[in-house]
This record gives sequence, C-alpha cells and structure tokens, in this order.
Amino acid sequence: MGKGKRVLTGTYFEMGNWACAEGAIAAGCEFVAGYPITPASEIINRLAQRLPQTGGTVLQTEDEISAICSAIGASWAGCKALTATSGPGISLMQENIGFAVATETPLVIVDVQRLGPSTGVPSVGLTADIVQVARGSHGDYQIIALCPESPQEIFDLTIRAFNLAERYRVPVFLMADGFIGHMREQIVIPGQDRIEIEHRKIPEPGKTPMERQDFLDVDVAPMPVFGRGLKAHVTSSCHDEHGMRNLSDPEIMHGYITRPIEKILIHRDDIIRIESDCDGADMAMVSYGTVSRSARAAAHLARAEGLRVGTVRMLTCWPFPDKEIKQISEDLASMLVLENNRGQLYPYIKAESARACQVEFLGPQTLGQIHDPRYILAHLKEMMA
Amino acid sequence: MSSSMHPFRRYMRGHVTRTTTCPGCGNGIITQAILRAIEGLGQDMDDFVFVSGIGCASWIPSPLFAADTLHTTHGRPIAFATGLKLGLPGKSVMVISGDGDLAAIGGNHLIHAARRNIDLTVVLVNNGIYGMTGGQTAPTTPRGVATITSPYGSLEHPFDICAMVAAAGAPYVARWTTYHPRQMMRSIKKALQMKGFALVEAISQCPVQFGRAARLGKAVDMLKYYKETSVSRKRVQDLDVEELRDRIVVGEFADSEKPELATQWIHLREEVMEG
Repeated sequence: MGKGKRVLTGTYFEMGNWACAEGAIAAGCEFVAGYPITPASEIINRLAQRLPQTGGTVLQTEDEISAICSAIGASWAGCKALTATSGPGISLMQENIGFAVATETPLVIVDVQRLGPSTGVPSVGLTADIVQVARGSHGDYQIIALCPESPQEIFDLTIRAFNLAERYRVPVFLMADGFIGHMREQIVIPGQDRIEIEHRKIPEPGKTPMERQDFLDVDVAPMPVFGRGLKAHVTSSCHDEHGMRNLSDPEIMHGYITRPIEKILIHRDDIIRIESDCDGADMAMVSYGTVSRSARAAAHLARAEGLRVGTVRMLTCWPFPDKEIKQISEDLASMLVLENNRGQLYPYIKAESARACQVEFLGPQTLGQIHDPRYILAHLKEMMA
Repeated sequence: MSSSMHPFRRYMRGHVTRTTTCPGCGNGIITQAILRAIEGLGQDMDDFVFVSGIGCASWIPSPLFAADTLHTTHGRPIAFATGLKLGLPGKSVMVISGDGDLAAIGGNHLIHAARRNIDLTVVLVNNGIYGMTGGQTAPTTPRGVATITSPYGSLEHPFDICAMVAAAGAPYVARWTTYHPRQMMRSIKKALQMKGFALVEAISQCPVQFGRAARLGKAVDMLKYYKETSVSRKRVQDLDVEELRDRIVVGEFADSEKPELATQWIHLREEVMEG
C-alpha cells in the first residue's frame, strides 16, 4: 500500500511519530540514521520500512554519536538527512550538533522528549530539552527549534524543518515529546502539489574553494556538497569563508562565531512563527508544544466564565521570539508561562515581558503530567484577584 | 631556479605550501604511499572523499589534498564516512587518522564499520602515543613505556588493532611500518580496489614524543628499529613466544570477500522500489 509514494495523500488516525516519518519522506528525506530509544523509536521503525521504497537509505547505528555523524556525512554527500532520538540521545549528540552548526550543515534532528535527567522515565513526556538543544553544545551558536502541539503539526513542521535546514544550512530541531509522539489523532496529508519543498543552493563547478565563498555568509553561502569535483574543504575548526582552517587571526575567529549566529538572527522574521489569540485580553498564557493544548482548553473555560484571557503559542522557540513576546506583553496586564518543566524558557520570556506586565510561571500539578485546564484556570483566577 | 615540480604537487591544493608535521614525522612517508597508490590505480582526486578526525595524522589530507575533504570531531571520522559512502556509493571514501582517534575515542565506530563491511579504506597511522597533545599514553602504547601520563611506565596492555579489526569482520586488514613504504602502498592499492571495509595500519615514527618516551632515538633510529623488529606474518608460526616478544608483525591479517553494505543498499532499493 502506497509503495514508493513520497506523499501518502489522505486522512489517517495515526501516532505523532508516524506523522514525523511521513513528513520526512514528503519533504524529500533521503537518509536516516538512528539508534533505538523510547519514545522516539517508531520514527525510525516506520522509516526503515518506507524510506527504501522511495529510494532512501536507513542506517541503524552503534550509538547516537554515530547517528548524527553519519547523518551529517550524508548531508555533505548531498542527501536530505534526519536523525530522531530522545533526550539521552541528544546529550550524546551534543558535540556533533556543534559540528553541524560550525560546518553549516543542513540536518533535521527530531527530539521526542522524555522525563529526565539521565535515564529518567522513557515513556513519559517532559519538555525539558528545550534549552539543551539551543545551548547544549560548547561554544556560542544559534540553531532553529520548532515546537509542534499535535500529530498533525508534527507532520507539517517536519516538512518545514527540512525546508528551513536547506534554506539556512543549519541543524533544525523538531521538539516533540512522549505525549504527542505516541498520541493518535487525525492526520491529513495533502496532495503532493500542495507541499512546498526546498533544496539547498550548490555552487557552479569551475572554481576552486579559494575562488568561492563556501562558508560564513550571513545570507547563506551555496553548499559545496561532495562528489561534484568542487574540492570542498570542510572543517569545524575555526575557518575563513573558503573553509580553510585559521587558528591565529582574531578577525577570522570573530567571524567564525558571529556570522553563523547572524545568519539565523538576521532572518529571524522568516523563521519565527508565533500564534497569538489575545484580542481584548488582559492576560495571556504563553506556551509551546503539547502544553498549548491545555492552555487552549483553559482559555475556553476562562472565557466561559467571562474572563478576558488570551493564548500565545510559540511554534518556533529558537531563535527565541523576543521581539514578538515583548510586543504582546505591552498590551497585557499579566502573563502566565506554562511549560512541562521547572521553567526553562520562563527566564527568556520574563526578560522580554516583565517591564510591561506581571509574569508568572506555572508547571503542571505533577511534573510529567499534562496541565489540567481546571488547575490552570484556578491559577489564572488567583493572578487576577 | 628550475620550474620542476614534485610529481605529486598536482594532488595538492595550490595555496597550501607547508604541512603541520614535525621534522622526522612518518606522515610524509604515509602521504607518499597513499598518493602513489592513487596514481598507480590511475584514479583522480575527484574520485575521492577524504575524511579525517583529530590528531597529527588527520592533517595528512586536510587541507593538503586537492579533493573533497571532511575534517571531523575527535574519534568520529568513520561515522561521518559511513554516511558519506552511503550517500555517494560511487566515490572512494578514505579515512586517514591516528590510533588515538580511531582506536581509543573512536574504537566503537571502528569495530562496527568493520562488522557492517562498508566500503571504506581506513589508513590508521599508529605512532603509539598522543603526539599532538604532548605525549600521553595511547591504547597502543607498549606496556612499560613511560609517557607523560604514565611516568612510571604504562601498566596497560596495548591493542593489537589488526587482530581486533579482523575479528570484527573486516575483509581486508594489513599492517606495515614506515620502513615498508612500498608494501604499504601496495596494501592501500589493494584496499582501494576491493569492495568492503579495509584497514591499513601504518606504524609510524613520532621521534618528538614516542621516540623520546620509548628511548628509541631520532627518526632514522626509529626506522632502523622498525627494520630490525618487524617480522612477516608468514614467519610468525616459525617463531616461539620469546622470539616474538616486542616484535612488530607486518603483512596481511585478512584478505577475503563478503557482501558490502553500500552495494547491498543499491540492490535493496532497486528491489523494494520495483516491488
């Protein structure tokens, strides 16, 4: 059924992890590497069956370090590549996440987050990797992280993750969690003609690396993928715009750090997506990922009681939507930040909004459980009192 | 000044005019063995992707070789090369790195690539020590050698890398020293021609660190030492344990054929895409 088809147009009742695999194939994924881990395994399981039928390759590696390294290698071979894991796998991948950033390698990394620290609880979701994916590798850098709230959005944002990775030559994280990864819900896959697919720019042959700019362009240099006689020189060590190692020139060191950061920040308006439903609201709940479902339910309950409560949902958490949060806060009296952790993005949100309004944080009643909308409502009332 | 140019200059990036190796280092001999093998097979640098890790040997291809070169994180070149080979099955993918990179921090990738039998040619430069970081004990340092991190003599037993990689399933495994550049070149040629995981261990002198630690003298003394202590694998059965002590066994440790991963993937895709 559907053998060889890239896009399985239709309506389904399937898991978020299934949607991720299908989103990857629809986006043109050609290479997947992964290591088994709960609650992410179904992504690789599905791709192992489906990807070869569409001409792709699947590699089950000896560990997550090998998974991300081989995915980066495949990306330099010219393939759209993905790896999928959970928090412990991300921890192992961190060094080479930095490699992908430093070498400006397009790559999609799916993190189906689980309860930690350490081995924690494999099957329970906790969105506590949100800072580690942005700050976990050593050095200073920017990545892109997208936060879906449902299986449908896992499908949609997996495609967007590939497109952003190709457009900006950067690793893009899809931050799912154990709840929506394993949740079954309606998934609508549109027709192939309605799915936009992007491909990285590649330099024309004929010039040497010393005559080209292969790296460090804030407007994204064409990627000199291997196997085309481009004689690309790729290193994650400090390098100039030709990719040549330079460990002595302070100006080059400065550019090596700042240009890949600026590449993301200059284009932040294109990358950042935020949904705000705050018309006429005095206060708003700010959330991302699975928790947004509880926030929406709590807003319904609050409005039914005549309370003017809005919702703000960050579909992009990195680069951080600082400007948007600040702007929204200026029309509000108070903000309640909801996260399924002990407040990882709260300091970032507070830094932008605390000048304009009162800001508080609310985790779930019990960490690892989904916020009960009635529990949120009770807290909203306390804040308003 | 004559306008003559070294015959291998054409394999090197024009703007690169010097290497980072110390005087007396074995890297030059190994570089020649690699380039002579490529020349001998009539291959072009554009037929290749070179992958290296961290350490002195990793700077053999990067930035010197005029080809696609990927200089990676410590220990991981084989993992990167695995993705590259699966994405570019028509190219020769060669990994050039050291014993610390491939057998210590990257040991897991080494044995698993051998097990998978992916078509990579790995030139593992074994100098028996961490050279770049200042002479620390490696998993290849002979027991008893005093290094900067084992000043009273190393208490640990070294890996026999060739035996380990052969046991992990690699169809082609060979070891030579820098005293054997022609044999090394022939083994690299053979490794490039066969379809499968091939490892050529190149025992190489590091006079600056290992030579000093093991009191083996300068580069030429170390080459003489390799000449005197190396013994062909074919002759090993004629020698007893005492005669084999501190000898370097050189030659081929595996030379066979078995299904290769990237080729199998090409067939698998054809099969399931048609079906």
